[in-house]
Amino acid sequence: MSAALPADLRKLWEFMRSVAGDDAYERYLERHARTHPELPPLTPAEFFADEQERKWSGVSRCC
Amino acid sequence: MLKMPKSITAGVGLVGFSLLAASAFGAVALEKGETINALWFIAAAVLNYLIAYRFYSAWICAKVLVLDETRATPAERFNNGRDFVPTNKWVAFGHHFAAIAGPGPLIGPTLAMQFGFLPGTIWILVGAVLGGCVQDMVIMFCSTRRDGRSLGQMARDELGPVGGWAALIGSMMIMIILIAVLGLVIVKAMKHSPWATATVLGTIPVAMIVGLYMRGIRPGKVLEGSILGILLLLGCVWFGGVVSGSESWRDAFDWNDMQCAWFVMIYGFSAAVLPVWLLLAPRDYLSTFLKLGVVFMLAGAIMITAPEVKMPALTQFAENGMGPIFKGSLFPFVFVTIACGAISGFHSLVSSGTTPKLLANEKEIRMIGYGSMALESFVAIMAVIAACVMEPGVYFAINSPAGVVGKEAAAAVATITSWGYPVTVEQMNALAAEMGEKTLFARTGGAPSLAVGMATIFHETFGGKMLDMWYHFAIMFEVLFILTTLDAGTRVGRFMLQDLLRHVSRPLGDVSSYPATVVSSLIFVAAWGYFLVQGVKDPLGGVNILWPLFGISNQLLAGIALTVATGIIIKMGKLRYAWVTALPLAWLATMCTWAAIEKTFSSNPAIGFLAGANKMAADLAAGVLPPDKAAAAPALIFGQRIDAALAVLFVAVLWTVIFDMIRMSRRYLAGRPVPALSESAYSRTQLEWARG
Repeated sequence: MSAALPADLRKLWEFMRSVAGDDAYERYLERHARTHPELPPLTPAEFFADEQERKWSGVSRCC
Repeated sequence: MLKMPKSITAGVGLVGFSLLAASAFGAVALEKGETINALWFIAAAVLNYLIAYRFYSAWICAKVLVLDETRATPAERFNNGRDFVPTNKWVAFGHHFAAIAGPGPLIGPTLAMQFGFLPGTIWILVGAVLGGCVQDMVIMFCSTRRDGRSLGQMARDELGPVGGWAALIGSMMIMIILIAVLGLVIVKAMKHSPWATATVLGTIPVAMIVGLYMRGIRPGKVLEGSILGILLLLGCVWFGGVVSGSESWRDAFDWNDMQCAWFVMIYGFSAAVLPVWLLLAPRDYLSTFLKLGVVFMLAGAIMITAPEVKMPALTQFAENGMGPIFKGSLFPFVFVTIACGAISGFHSLVSSGTTPKLLANEKEIRMIGYGSMALESFVAIMAVIAACVMEPGVYFAINSPAGVVGKEAAAAVATITSWGYPVTVEQMNALAAEMGEKTLFARTGGAPSLAVGMATIFHETFGGKMLDMWYHFAIMFEVLFILTTLDAGTRVGRFMLQDLLRHVSRPLGDVSSYPATVVSSLIFVAAWGYFLVQGVKDPLGGVNILWPLFGISNQLLAGIALTVATGIIIKMGKLRYAWVTALPLAWLATMCTWAAIEKTFSSNPAIGFLAGANKMAADLAAGVLPPDKAAAAPALIFGQRIDAALAVLFVAVLWTVIFDMIRMSRRYLAGRPVPALSESAYSRTQLEWARG
């Protein structure tokens, strides 16, 4: 139990980060390194600026 | 038709389960005593969703849609690390639910309780499992099989240009009416309430601080920024209390309804033209976290306090159609008053285009499409409970506009008591004082009465002497995510408008040009602002006009979505299963058309727009209106005629699409050429983790 708890908490934390979008930049870097490592990646600030512009340009909320 | 259970145990379990569900339903439906416990509602609802999910959704997925877990999804095929990303199914569920759950399922059910708890509850439960959940799931399936395309594109591809145009016009009209009516709800919650007004104003700098934090200080730290923001929001509720208690500040925040309306319009315009990271995005984060938190907190609090539902099962207004909040009888009006929570056409815009780009595997469509809507329907049931645990007299006193029950408190309570729902002036004054408000009379719109219900439930759960804090917390919560829908909607509406304007003037259609952004935002805000001001000036409180119009437009969009889905099912060669979407479509089209005809042509001036306009014109001509009413009359007369034209337009658009689909289906069945099924080709998935 005591050994399993930190692992579970960690999983929960990862899940929350994932739902909130906190890990988006890490996922982007990982994918970027895999697909076109020859290009320099965006900085965190540039990446989030782009992401916010994209996310709120379509229907993202209902009534 | 149901999938047979595999073993005897499953069979016994099913029978037991169904008996339990039937008895919970029975307890809700047949209760003859004074009151009934809210836990019966929860039990009936949960069992209803579980059974429908386990059997009906499984059957649709296996027989009608034939989900294929070996087929690669658009997220896998087009993975770009941005909008196309194969996502863990619970994360995708969270995103989808947060996107579809707005203020609608809280407000519509609250208003519909004027008929008593039974009609609304049955429609929410049955409408969701046979209509709303099916719509969301089938549209999500169609879009997933079509590279994540939007409803409008699918309508164009599958039905032809007529369907495409109808979907475009339908989505833009619903956006205008939706924002106007939500704006009206905010106005009614803020007017002459310094506490609420100060709290709402405080949320704007809070959102900006969070925006700056996520942009400049800790880029992309959404969780940190949101936790900071929520603490600041709680500070706003406290700050509102300080303002309301201060002699010198109170008056500065005591606004009448036109001032509140101007605030809403200026806010909507600013949010649409400011960069998204400054106001729109951070507000959206905050409202999403708050929404999820409060919904679960409310469910927990209802389970703990197990409140008694005091509203009767049926009121006289179900039959006589003279309800104080909106006019018209149960059939058809309960079905347009409660759109979100039973079936909401707006969901089809998220279920196509947005969520399909996140799905890692097709089989998740069942849980995410059907399951999310079942959860939203459950939110609507909680709104029903919150509205029904207060004394019916109090519910009517809060929600009845002054134009119906009288301006003076004594007159209002006398009218409401004469309907058989006793309430006194002292009771209402005491309640207002407890909630930290000057008055709770005539706060039509659903938000204040929902806040009173929620505050009472939270107060009983947590104890203490903070009823006024809970009330304004609930108001802040409602307003926060109404404003989120309002500003996100204005922005999307602006894009849609520019898409149309492109055909008229190229420069105006350029979404990257700032002057074009400002001009088109101004046009769009003026469009919904017109209806908002009409609602504010309406002597019967505005909800009577705008909410049915909103319900009709939302059901119109649902009708278009179900029509597209039915056409696709038929073209898939599954005519014998087409009833899965055709049945809810037939029901909606009937109710929506019936309601639109009544709202337009009824000879009762309180129901029919045209009769209302004619009566006001006659009164004006006869000189029986007091001077202030006479001055406002010409605009209101013209407004009601516009409303009539809109209602007729909605119905015309809906039936055009339906007949277009029927024409297309008949050609298909006769073996004549039709637009081909636009499904993308099969390719095998490589994502083994998602098949699990």
